[in-house]
Amino acid sequence: MASLFRLPAAELTTSCRPIFLPGEVERCLLPGVDLESDGSDRPTPLLPFQSSLLVLTSHRLVFIDEASASALEISLPSIIHIYPLKKSMSIRSMFASPRVAISNDGTISEKGTKSTVITLVMRGKNMDPDVFYGRFMEVIRAREWELTASANQGNTGLEGSSSGTRVNDLKITMPVVGVSGILRKEQESWESTDKSLQDAFQDLNALMSKAKEMVQLAEKMRQKLLATGSNSQSNSNDEETVSKQDMQDWLLIVGIASPVTKETAGALYHQQLSRQLADFVKVPLEKAGGMITLVDVYCLFNRARGTELISPEDLLQACALWEKFDVPVMLRKFDSGVKVIQNKTHSDDEVFARISSLAQKPDALRKGISPSDAAFTLGIAPALAKEHLLSAENRGLLCRDVSAEGLRFYINLFNEIDSANIYLIKSHGLLNAWVLATTVSC
Amino acid sequence: MQKLGEFKLPPFFNYPPYFTLQPVKETREKQVQLWKDLILDFCKNQKIFVISLEEDFSLFSNPAIERSLSHEAKVVFLSALVNDGRAEWMDKGHKKCLILWLRIQDWADYILRFVRDNGLEDGVMTVEDIRSGFETRGTELAGIDRGVLIRALKLLEQKGKAVLFKGSSADDEGVKFSA
Repeated sequence: MASLFRLPAAELTTSCRPIFLPGEVERCLLPGVDLESDGSDRPTPLLPFQSSLLVLTSHRLVFIDEASASALEISLPSIIHIYPLKKSMSIRSMFASPRVAISNDGTISEKGTKSTVITLVMRGKNMDPDVFYGRFMEVIRAREWELTASANQGNTGLEGSSSGTRVNDLKITMPVVGVSGILRKEQESWESTDKSLQDAFQDLNALMSKAKEMVQLAEKMRQKLLATGSNSQSNSNDEETVSKQDMQDWLLIVGIASPVTKETAGALYHQQLSRQLADFVKVPLEKAGGMITLVDVYCLFNRARGTELISPEDLLQACALWEKFDVPVMLRKFDSGVKVIQNKTHSDDEVFARISSLAQKPDALRKGISPSDAAFTLGIAPALAKEHLLSAENRGLLCRDVSAEGLRFYINLFNEIDSANIYLIKSHGLLNAWVLATTVSC
Repeated sequence: MQKLGEFKLPPFFNYPPYFTLQPVKETREKQVQLWKDLILDFCKNQKIFVISLEEDFSLFSNPAIERSLSHEAKVVFLSALVNDGRAEWMDKGHKKCLILWLRIQDWADYILRFVRDNGLEDGVMTVEDIRSGFETRGTELAGIDRGVLIRALKLLEQKGKAVLFKGSSADDEGVKFSA
């Protein structure tokens, strides 16, 4: 993975999400961005970086090339000037993409203090460049990296997660004493609420502009409908009425379906969510022993997000997208319908070996294993333990026993019995071990 | 080793999963096979010809491990015997099952052998004699189910080895053997 562009490389997680600095918050995503240099970097030219995903954060611009799982960054403090957004209005250059040029101070080029102009060419179709530009200016103005820097110097309680999870609040611990402490706390909570509201309204602005287009479209359709309606006296056949009905239905749907993030960010939202989920799920997976139910992930993920909750459908879709990326986790559905997330490296055989040896212990030979017994010994959730026992049964390792005590599993002895000689017990076999274990207790 | 009457039970009779109908195909096949054989062996040993599903059948439960076969399981195992030709449902509701631990053909052969061994060719016996008479004591024929016996004799009749005829009273059926 050679660095195509002589900007510093940015660190990514295994799911191609940027690893955030303490206190860094994602502000905007823009797909399909090209990087061009101004040529002032001769004699060794900086090559252009094509069609990357631009992530604007409170501290940096990160350009991610998902195909090669590499990224570059420009730290915001190194930007000394942002040129206005250039969008051509003339017909000839209607296909030219909007551009933002920024000039950096010398930190990016090895040669010293010369500044370079880097142009961001926005080729992506889904995001409104004005919105990005607006956010970009805001972020520069906010200078949040300075806040983090000062906090880093003098505090002990800086709260913020590392890779993957979004931090909505920047908490700085300063001596909190008495009334002034309470007042300061109030102040901080007001500020953070204010910021969240601002962000929400940004999304709303994007929605409003799209909504205007949608309303215009709906008007046009309505006019068309009215026109066909008045002409249809002579030829009102079934086909025409059906298509009219369809159009009316579609108009209804257009009016209803407009959740903010899905329309404005579209496919990108699910992609990023999917990657973020893959990162997040690593730690809980480790703790749960390599497999965790989807329901549990839903609760944990939403709890971690705090305010921007995702729906179960979002979660399912995010998991479904994993097939397209190279992430180390996967969604798995058991026969019983239970869905889990597991590491790709998870081995069923290993679990079966453990279950098998558990089932051959004297206690288990006498009384069998219940799902809770297995959960306790294997160190996993009871629902998952049951799935494993059922899978083992399917493989012919275990047999079930249904009684007043419920469902229990025994090691499969049927294969040990010789149909031709049902009274025979071989001296060193499993059957013998079972007989020994069970006669002792009698 | 456990016993049920005079019958020696195999060791897996104490294995709880033996009494739960197994869902996994291969395991189920093995289980069915073991039950089929066990039912036939037991019925032969105890001279049982009919199993009624509405009554308790001692082979179908094991008090020592507190397990019994469910109704569904009993039907599955008996139906398997029926499919093999080793049993027959006696009613449409599948409540009573005739167990042919010897097939009708096998019975016919057995009777023929018995007749020859005891020099009873050209002799006449009543059906009841065959079932409970002195001559057949100690043989498999003692206590044989009447219906099964008649069918076996009829089979012999078809082969020309015997002739059935009615006696003076309604219950007095007789058979004349011809070697």
